[in-house]
Order: sequence, then C-alpha cells, then structure tokens
Amino acid sequence: MSAPRRQVHLAAHFPGVNNTTVWADPRSGSQIDFTSFVHLARTAERGRFDFFFLAEGLRLRELKGRIHDLDVVGRPESLTVLSALAAVTDRLGLAATVNATFNEPYELARRLATLDHLSEGRAAWNVVTTSDAFTGENFRRGGFLDRADRYTRAAEFVRLSRALWDSWRPDAIVADQAAGVFVRPRAIGTVQHDDRHFTVEGRSTVPRSPQGHPVIIQAGDSDEGREFAASTADVIFSRHGTLEEGKAFYADVKRRLARYGREPHELKIMPAATFALGDTDAEAAEKAAEIRRQQVGPQTAIAFLKQVWGRDMSAYDPDGPLPGVDPEPEEGLSQGRVRLADRTAVAAKWRAVAEEKNLTIRELVIEMTGRQSFVGSAATVARRIEEFVQGEAADGFILVPHLTPGGLDDFVDEVVPILQERGVFRTEYTGPTLRDHLGLAAPGPTPRDRPGLAVPRPAREGAS
Amino acid sequence: MTVPLHLAVALDGAGWHPAAWRDPAVDPRELFTARHWAKLVTEAERGLLDFVTIEDALSLQSTLPDGPDERADQVRGRLDAVLLAARLAPLTTRIGLVPTATTTHTEPFHVAIGIATLDHVSAGRAGWRVQVSPRRTEAAHFGRRRLPPLDPRWPDTDLLADLFGEAADAVEAARRLWDSWEDDTEIRDVPTGRFIDRDKLHYIDFTGARFSVRGPSITPRPPQGQPIVTVLDHGHSRVPYELPVSSADIVYVTPHSRTEAEAIAGRIRALPREGEPLKIFADLVVFLGEDAADRKAELDEFDGAEFTSDAAVFTGTADELADLLLDWQRAGIEGYRLRPGAVPHDLEAITRRLVPALRRRGAFRSEYEAATLRGLLGLPRPDSRYRRAAAV
Repeated sequence: MSAPRRQVHLAAHFPGVNNTTVWADPRSGSQIDFTSFVHLARTAERGRFDFFFLAEGLRLRELKGRIHDLDVVGRPESLTVLSALAAVTDRLGLAATVNATFNEPYELARRLATLDHLSEGRAAWNVVTTSDAFTGENFRRGGFLDRADRYTRAAEFVRLSRALWDSWRPDAIVADQAAGVFVRPRAIGTVQHDDRHFTVEGRSTVPRSPQGHPVIIQAGDSDEGREFAASTADVIFSRHGTLEEGKAFYADVKRRLARYGREPHELKIMPAATFALGDTDAEAAEKAAEIRRQQVGPQTAIAFLKQVWGRDMSAYDPDGPLPGVDPEPEEGLSQGRVRLADRTAVAAKWRAVAEEKNLTIRELVIEMTGRQSFVGSAATVARRIEEFVQGEAADGFILVPHLTPGGLDDFVDEVVPILQERGVFRTEYTGPTLRDHLGLAAPGPTPRDRPGLAVPRPAREGAS
Repeated sequence: MTVPLHLAVALDGAGWHPAAWRDPAVDPRELFTARHWAKLVTEAERGLLDFVTIEDALSLQSTLPDGPDERADQVRGRLDAVLLAARLAPLTTRIGLVPTATTTHTEPFHVAIGIATLDHVSAGRAGWRVQVSPRRTEAAHFGRRRLPPLDPRWPDTDLLADLFGEAADAVEAARRLWDSWEDDTEIRDVPTGRFIDRDKLHYIDFTGARFSVRGPSITPRPPQGQPIVTVLDHGHSRVPYELPVSSADIVYVTPHSRTEAEAIAGRIRALPREGEPLKIFADLVVFLGEDAADRKAELDEFDGAEFTSDAAVFTGTADELADLLLDWQRAGIEGYRLRPGAVPHDLEAITRRLVPALRRRGAFRSEYEAATLRGLLGLPRPDSRYRRAAAV
C-alpha cells in the first residue's frame, strides 16, 4: 500500500518593499491602502490558504546615505493591519514578522495574544532579530545586538512570551453574574523571569487566547537558526531554490526535532516562492521574462551593480556592456538590506557570466538576481509544487506575488483547483484556528519542561 | 444660537461601574471578543457620536493604587486597545476610534506607526489617548526602570513631571513621524525609475531626555495628516494642563461642578498655545434613565462600596443630562467624554435618549457631516511641517 499523499500548505506574502514588487505595471495598486490588504487576504482565504503574511522593516532602506527610491516603499504597522483584516476574513491565519530586538516581551506577547483573541485563533509571529545599529536609531533601546546574542535573545523572548500566554488558566474566567465571581481565584499566575536579556515580574492582562500560543514562525538558514526553529518554531520560512537543496534542508531540520522531543509534523517547512503563470509553459516563460524586465528596470540594474561593485556605476549604460572596472572591496555597504559577502568573488562570478553569455548590464542583473521559483501553466506549477511536497523538500510554500493587490488572483483561480483535484490541498477549512490549518496540536495548558522556562506561580491570595 | 456639542463615549469592559458586568443585559463571557466591542461601537455610531475611546493599561485592573488586589468579583483583563480599535475600523464608517496607548514603556516609533496604521485602515478616523504608566507594577513588567510604588496620597511630583515630559516627547516624535512623508512623496515616475521623490522624505532627528528617533517613518502619511491626540489631565501636575496645551488636540478634564468647569477652562485658555485652539472635553460617568439611581444603588451593593470616580458621576434622565451639558458648555466646555456606568444600558441611553434630547435643543448633529475625525471636530487637515519648512 502506498503512503497517503502529503498535504500542501500555502501562505500568501503581501508584496514587499524591494524590486520583486512591480510598481510600473498599470495593474499595480496601492501598497498602503487598506483595500489592497483586503483584496489579497480575501483572495488567499478564497483559495483556502493557511495564512497571510506581512514582512517588516523598521527603517527605510538606504544606499550610501540616501534613501533608496527605486522600489516600492512604505508599509503599515503589521499587527495593527492584521487586526483590521481579522474583521474581513473568517478563517485565514494572520502572520507578521515582528522584531524581537526592538520590542519588549510583555508588550509584544500581549499584542499577539490580543490578535489571537480578536481573530478567534488565527495569529502567528515570525520571530526575527536584527544586529544593525542603523535600524536601532529609530528606537529607545537603540544600538544593536551582537550577532552571537541574536538567537539567545529570540529564544529567551519566546520562552518568556509563552510563560505569559500560559499564565492564565484556560478556565480562569468564570463570569458568573449571580454568584458574583468574574475570575477564578488564583487562576492568574505571576510570571517571574530573570535571565540574560530580560527581567520581568508580574501578571498578564490577557486571558489565555484561543490558540493558547500564537503560531511561531522562524526564518533563518544558519545552523543556529535551524536549531532555534527545531527547538521552538511551528513553521520555518526558508529560502532554498532547488529540489535537491530543499530536500537536504528539510531532512536536516526535521532530524533536529527529535533532540527536543518533537515529531516531524510539528514543524512545517515553507520556503518563499515566486511564480509566473501562463496558458502554456511557453507563454508563462515569456511572462516570467517580462516580469523580470519590470523588476529590473535600467536604474535598478545600475543600483544592483553599484551594490556588487561597491562604487558609483551611474555613468554606465544599463543596456551596454559590463565595464572593465574592479570592485571596491572596502566601500561602505548599503544599509537596511542583507549585506553581500565577499564582493570580489561575487563580482568575478558576475563578470564571467556576462562574458560567457554576452550580456548587457541589465541582462546580467536579470540573470543573476532572483528569478521566479515556479514558471509554467497552472498544471505545470501544481505538479512542481506537489513534487516538492511529496519529495519532502517542503511542506508547502509562502507565495510572493509580484503585483499588489491582484498578484495572487491567477494562482487561486487556476493552480489551487488543480491541487484540490489532486487531493493534496483542502477544499474547505477543517477547523477555525491557524493551528488547525497547519495540523499543529494545541499547546498544553501548562508549560512543557524547557530549560530556563519562567514557570508561572500561583497567586498568593484568593478572592476577597 | 446654540453651538453643537461634541460627544464621545469612553468604552471599558462592561462599563465604568466595577459591578457593571453583573447586569443581565451584558454577557460578561464576551468581554474579550470582537463581537462585544462591535456591538458597542456600532451603537455609538448609530448615535452619530464623534468618537469612542478605549481604555487600556499595561497592568491588571486593581482597587489598589499599585499592584494586584486579588479580587475575583470584578472584571480583570484587557486587550491591547490599538489592535482592538483596528479590529473595529472595518465594521464602522464614520465614527472616530481613539485607543489608549502609554508612552512610558512603549517605543514611540511603534506607537506612532500603530496610530498611523489605524488611520489608514479607518480612512482617517484615528486618534490616540496618550497615557503615562506611573506604577511600579507596570515598570516590573519591563524591567528597564525602577519606580517606587504609586501612592496617590503622596504623589511623586518629580516622577510625574518626568513621565509627562516623556509623554510630550513621544507625541512630538509621533507628530514628526506622521509628517515625515510629505503627501506627494509617492510619484511612480516610470521614465526615471523612481517610486518616490526622496526629497519629500524627512529625517525627524528627535532627541529627548529618554529617547531619540531618527526617522523617517516607515508608514506613509496618514489620511488625516495628523491623527487626533487626546490627553486626560486632572490638573494635578506641577504645571496643570501643560501636556495637553503643548501636545494635544483634545483635553479631557474632570470638573465636578459648573464653577469648576469654568475655572478649568479659564486656566487652560490662559496658557500660551500655538495653532488650533485646544478642545476642552469634560469627562462624566453617567447612569441614565428614570431608574438610574436604583440601578447604581444595586451595582454599589454588588460591589460592596459606593461608586466614586475621578470624574463627576451623573445619575438622572437624559433630559436632565442634556441641560447640564449645555449649562457647562456656557462655562467653556466644548464637548464631553461620557463614561457609561454599565453597557449596553447607559450607552444606549446616550445614543437613543441623550442624543435626541440634545438635538431638540439644537446642540447635536443629525447626520455625520465629515468622513474623518478631524472633519467631525472641525479641524482642517494640516500640511506636513516639513513642507512648510521647505516653502520658506
């Protein structure tokens, strides 16, 4: 007998503030109007997606001290917009990246539990930390975190948040009008936590939320990141392109779970993925190429080149050949985006490709920077997605459309029905909460035994 | 001719009486659901009220000045007010939404973009009730500052001056962040490949005693330009009303008589102020109806104590309240933030009895005349301060 077919999980990423998001297209709508968020979220819910996802960046990107002006920019406070979306969706999970460096556990745990209440169990948090002082200039905490401390802070932050979420007994609220008992005596515990990053003592103001614990997402490919995900996260948001890379990552992360007494299904692996659809594979390939040209306009091509070469390249023609100048290895890196490692080696590789394929600057940038993960007809894309999931290279994908707000429409109209027909994707939600969608059990009412956990203590006194 | 009054309601759990949750008209199991709040805010909107405020604090309610009191017979627990306001925005179309957010332990940048986002999702109906957190209990939730236990009999005026100064700084940082994107920053200029005109984005470079913020905001300018900033001030600080006069659009005050109302309005008007005049709202806890006194007495009995409040407590009919509101209006009060003693009863008495009574007296709107909260308050949409600076 063959094994049951593994089910696909899907999430929708609101288009981000980078050149992946195409704004010059006439169909491109506002990145900030609430109607855009509503359209994309409702489309995802119509497609029975697991969740909707918002990224975060707490400082506008700069290039050599000037604000980057070529890409879409400007976004809302994530949890606030997700809370509003809870009013216009019923089942869709609502996930956001929220930085653990520039927030405090008591407040953020409270906001996440609030979102979980207001969405009736659909909240998720992508835990990130940042190590750059540039972003810190917007915050009273200021400064930055030593790279070595990033995961220790994140882990301690999540532990403390979970202690706060666990601190109200599930049956704490009695609300017996006749007897005059609103809250069960001793049902609100006092959290006491004193560790490396945080010293917190007191009681949460939020009753236990519908999911108990909002879903925890982790993004990060380093060894520490994988270990943190294996110990703590419910979903891992990865970035690996090929089936083989995906399989290796998947096997590695799932293998780590046993160390923490967890089963493989308790952590879902969902890489980010882009797509281009067409009626035929050939038409999709043409569309994909057109999208890439929109994503890498002439000015963007030069901006990328500047980043790799570390010097001003604005005198060169983006439609001309790559100039013979050498990169500037010591030049200041751009701020607010991932730094490029080993500039000289990267530049050498780019030059080799340009020479081999006889590419202009713009063609080279298109060639060398992120192409779409899935290109093809709906049937082809559905088959590829299934190949990844059945092949244990992923549990599903976080899809990143290139257009706001209609970029997911085609996928939901054309690819989702095929996945449903193949029996690998839900046709209806089977439960009300995001944990239900992801097949994750509710956390126990009392904290599991974890080292360093802040254990809630019962209150000292009963009712007066 | 009568000048129309502004009317807001302050929402908190089942109402302001600590035993309000025992009124059979409310389902106390729903207090932490969106459904409960949706009923209240849609009722307020049916009454054409200017706005609702939502109470909040970073510690559990308590009958003690500082620290938990272990009482099981009163409502304990609150949701984050900014997120709650956002949850209500798509369910309403005209009423203003004014959540409470503290400035003491929060990041000014996060609060500013939260309120800006509330303004975006509500299409221009956001406000902010600025609050400070003076309690040791709240400080212990953050572990960043040590505060002495709060004792209202011996207020630490140095500490309060420090917290109010920090609140003023947080409002200033937020106002600069809201202005840091000029209105026409987004240009989508295809020939030059530029999505924005970066000359219209501004570093705010705010530096205060307790924090600094570089800017610009990550959130484009909110629809109102500047969401409405409101402050409750009891007049007990070292310089009474300094914070609202320097920083707010609306101050809530707590007179207990017409004479006090007149004195407070006089003190506020005597303070120097730039820009639009500060709007003075009086807070009143209200129990309304022919049976108001009996209802309040029953709740008092449930609670084992006579209900008192920092604000005056009104018990009587809607007509009597309408007369009082107009009387105090002549003493310099322009609007009221009514705190319903128990919901839904006293809220519905406001929207269905008080509002018509005021309307009969020519003192309240019969339809919403504007789509934004600033519009309802008669305030123009300001230009970005940075645009003005550039034009000089």
